[in-house]
Amino acid sequence: MIKFENLYKSFGKNDVLKGIDIHFDHQGITAILGPNGSGKTTLIKCLLGLVLPDSGEIFFDKEKTLNQFEYRHHIAHLPQIARFPENLTALEIIDMITDLREGATRVEELIEMFDLKKELNKKMGTLSGGNRQKVNLLIALMYDTPAIILDEPSTGLDPVAIINLKQFLREEKAKGKLILITTHMMSFVEEMADNIAFLLEGKIYFDASLQQILADHNETNLERAIAKILHADLKKEVHV
Amino acid sequence: MFKIFKYSFFDMIRNRWMFIYMGFFLLVTTVLLMLSNDVTKVIISLTNIIQVLTPLIGILFGTMYYYSSREFIELLLTQPLSRKSVFAGVYLGLAMSLSLSLVLGVTIPMLFFGVFTSSALSTFLTLLAMSVVLSIVFSLLAFLIAIRYEDKTKGFGVAIFTWLFFGIIYDGIFLMLLLVFKEYPLEKLTITLTFFNPIDLARILIILKLEISAMMGYTGAVLQKFLGSLNGTILITVMLTLWTVIPFALMLRKANKKDF
Repeated sequence: MIKFENLYKSFGKNDVLKGIDIHFDHQGITAILGPNGSGKTTLIKCLLGLVLPDSGEIFFDKEKTLNQFEYRHHIAHLPQIARFPENLTALEIIDMITDLREGATRVEELIEMFDLKKELNKKMGTLSGGNRQKVNLLIALMYDTPAIILDEPSTGLDPVAIINLKQFLREEKAKGKLILITTHMMSFVEEMADNIAFLLEGKIYFDASLQQILADHNETNLERAIAKILHADLKKEVHV
Repeated sequence: MFKIFKYSFFDMIRNRWMFIYMGFFLLVTTVLLMLSNDVTKVIISLTNIIQVLTPLIGILFGTMYYYSSREFIELLLTQPLSRKSVFAGVYLGLAMSLSLSLVLGVTIPMLFFGVFTSSALSTFLTLLAMSVVLSIVFSLLAFLIAIRYEDKTKGFGVAIFTWLFFGIIYDGIFLMLLLVFKEYPLEKLTITLTFFNPIDLARILIILKLEISAMMGYTGAVLQKFLGSLNGTILITVMLTLWTVIPFALMLRKANKKDF
């Protein structure tokens, strides 16, 4: 469904993506992991068309995405840092997007899920960090799309909201959707992810199923398995 | 694009600075009309005010509006909308509301003085056209600058310098050139240099319309002598159109290549 082909991107002298080759065809949840600055957000922004790659191609449903916009009808995207017009209320923003995009939404369901009723008429600038993230999630997920991409969804959320979000994602997964998530919360990944794509210094370091990674390294804990992989590699380099 | 334009336009006309801008022109036009009952004279005074103020307000307000709409623009860009329609929509909302405030501010007092039945009607319409074009050109330059510079302080600095350049520095350089090369025929150079400054173009357009040779200055006189009032007017109109079309295309191109 989503395919990155030899993707390069640099910001000035900073090479962020150095030849990303990966495809996400399997339904279910894939966690995109990697240390800070490894290019996770840039990769997602490239897919959304917010950042333009220097070279390489991105395909969504076998069609190139560069300079296209229709394909975004099929992607729900949660940005890492939510940027909203501060002088508008959440409700005004939701209304604006429904007006611009048209089609059926599931706003009511999401308002209920995140308990946002009381916050809807407050200006975005006055909302707390957690509530902002809830509105961010609501706006991202309000359309029923075959692909869902969430950049750090759990940031600032309270435990109840996280539980609800997980439940929501499980239901979406059951519908056969493709879900990509970046996060630093390993417990979230262990609980939710089917596959893991690990980015390191702008390249895909490994791409495998969660079970496979744990089995290959004889670990029950993902954090340790990843540390093992990175450590083994470092040793190899030193040895050479 | 139309829906984005609608949001941007209504967001702008609710802005109190738009009311202040309109109020300023209402006041100035009314006072000028009270001081002199001659509509033509008021138009000349307004020309002088507009040629300084509309570029300044256009470029400052444009830069300010772009920076304050960055979040709105980024939100829109993640939606299934083309970049061109997002930027064209947001820009047109700004340009239309700026022009509307100005046109209303000048026209309302003029209506009470019967400008639509006076002989100065066509000159008045030229004045309105000139002020709208200047607003469009300078708010476009503002968008170009603000898209180029992420840093607000830099953006505002460049914007103010751009206004200063077209409003004052350009004429200074122009004058120096005329003085230094006064031994040579300078007509072609004069006409060419005028084309590169929208403020000069707009001013000469009105002066050609008024046919007041005393106010024309060298450029106006050269234009009238070589091209005649009609051809001069046509040529200036073409150049001013280019001044709106080219920066607009450039702005969309720049927006299309920007990373967010």
